[in-house]
Amino acid sequence: MEQDYVVDIENLTIRFNLASEKISDLKEYFIKLVKRELMFQEFLALQDVTLKVRRGESWGLIGVNGSGKSTLLKSTCGILKPYKGSIKINGNIAPLIELGAGFDYNMTARENIFLNGTVLGHSRKFMQEHFEEIVDFAELHEFLDVPIKNFSSGMQARLGFAIATMVRPDILVVDEILSVGDYQFQQKCYRRMEEMLSGGTTLLYVSHDIESVRKLCDHAIWLDKGHVVKSGLVEDVCSEYMQVYR
Amino acid sequence: MDLMKDRLNTFFKYKDLLRELVVRDLKLKYRRSVLGYLWSILNPLLIMIVMTIVFSHMFRAGIENFPVYLLSGQAVFDFIRNSTTMAMYSVLDNGALIKKIYVPKYIFTLSKITSTMVDFVFTLGALVLVMLVTRSSFTPYLLATPILVLQVYIFACGMGFILSAANVFFRDIQYIYGAFLVAWQYVTPLFYPIELLPPWLITLVQWLNPAYYYVEHFRDLVLYGCFPSMRVFLGGWVFAFIMLGAGLFVFKKTQDQFILYL
Repeated sequence: MEQDYVVDIENLTIRFNLASEKISDLKEYFIKLVKRELMFQEFLALQDVTLKVRRGESWGLIGVNGSGKSTLLKSTCGILKPYKGSIKINGNIAPLIELGAGFDYNMTARENIFLNGTVLGHSRKFMQEHFEEIVDFAELHEFLDVPIKNFSSGMQARLGFAIATMVRPDILVVDEILSVGDYQFQQKCYRRMEEMLSGGTTLLYVSHDIESVRKLCDHAIWLDKGHVVKSGLVEDVCSEYMQVYR
Repeated sequence: MDLMKDRLNTFFKYKDLLRELVVRDLKLKYRRSVLGYLWSILNPLLIMIVMTIVFSHMFRAGIENFPVYLLSGQAVFDFIRNSTTMAMYSVLDNGALIKKIYVPKYIFTLSKITSTMVDFVFTLGALVLVMLVTRSSFTPYLLATPILVLQVYIFACGMGFILSAANVFFRDIQYIYGAFLVAWQYVTPLFYPIELLPPWLITLVQWLNPAYYYVEHFRDLVLYGCFPSMRVFLGGWVFAFIMLGAGLFVFKKTQDQFILYL
């Protein structure tokens, strides 16, 4: 049974030093050292969060701003390391936390496809094989050799989404990225995500739009101030959430 | 053992990223300039001409073939200076990306050192040019240059790891290192013969200045047409690996904290 979990997060606690306590020069450092104020005012972005996801399930992460949803996604992707607890991931992850993170705006779309693809851990050869597919999905044929600083934000989002979803990942991690782009493209993205879901991909999905969570997900976890309020089937969690916030 | 294998696998997975980053640096460096890559050769050449005019009268007595003496030293020191300076910003500049996608962070530091190394190889074109003009002799020892490049590369990686990690926590490092580089340049015999220094400083430089080892090494190959002394040769390796060890240690210890300070 144990091996069935693709995402196995147990008692996860993530600690930040609050931004106001950031020490970024030596003078400040020594002053604080002398005053013995170096113990940071710590802030626990997540406390004791347990999330177990089986293959093929799709989970929605809901909660108000600052509740720790993005932090949970980032720790799943390995960007943040646990302060306490453990994270076990079984399979490869396609992170869609921000489209086009890793784009270089001075480079052309063609160059960025390779750059961003390798940032995601693909080989150059793999990118060459899938180049056409990406360009087709992003519908950017005539702009391939234009530096992407001249692209509209919608075009950049299209390119980013196309690169990130080109693989069939085991786990797809999506953080509210579909707010950019026109309606037609959003629909295209939803279709692609649903396609992946039916292909057995596991989804972790953050959104404030409860309707889209209901549509895409079968489970949900509700976070508030870093604690899990409720997790379980999407209908139960969402209806309770709506009762509180409506 | 498994950990080692894991690390190597990760590096292998991201080797194409390293390549893309290096290509990007090289492409963007001279994009929109008319002469493009020629500047990698022209720039050191122009600096060399200025410095030769300024300094050759001051130190001429002690140095044969001043232009080659100067250019060979300058090229090696610039390699160290540019690579470590660029490496210092490597993690910070990619902060936005590091916050959003998991990427082994040392890749960024490595890519900066590597692209500066490629630039250094272009610069050697300028050196060959000057050697032709000054009718220097080309000896087979020139073929040993890659060993020197490897030494400096390893040394610069170690230093780059330390600087890039330090820069995340203390931005002051940028200014301190800038001043440090000026001092370092003056205690490295680039445009003067080392005999001009007071004896105590000579000892200090000969024992503690890694740049001295690499500059001497390179000059032996291109200017004096001989293999460097064992002291310089082995010393260069020792400095390189000590620095790399220290760099890896610091970087590994601190890298999980980076994201909290970016």
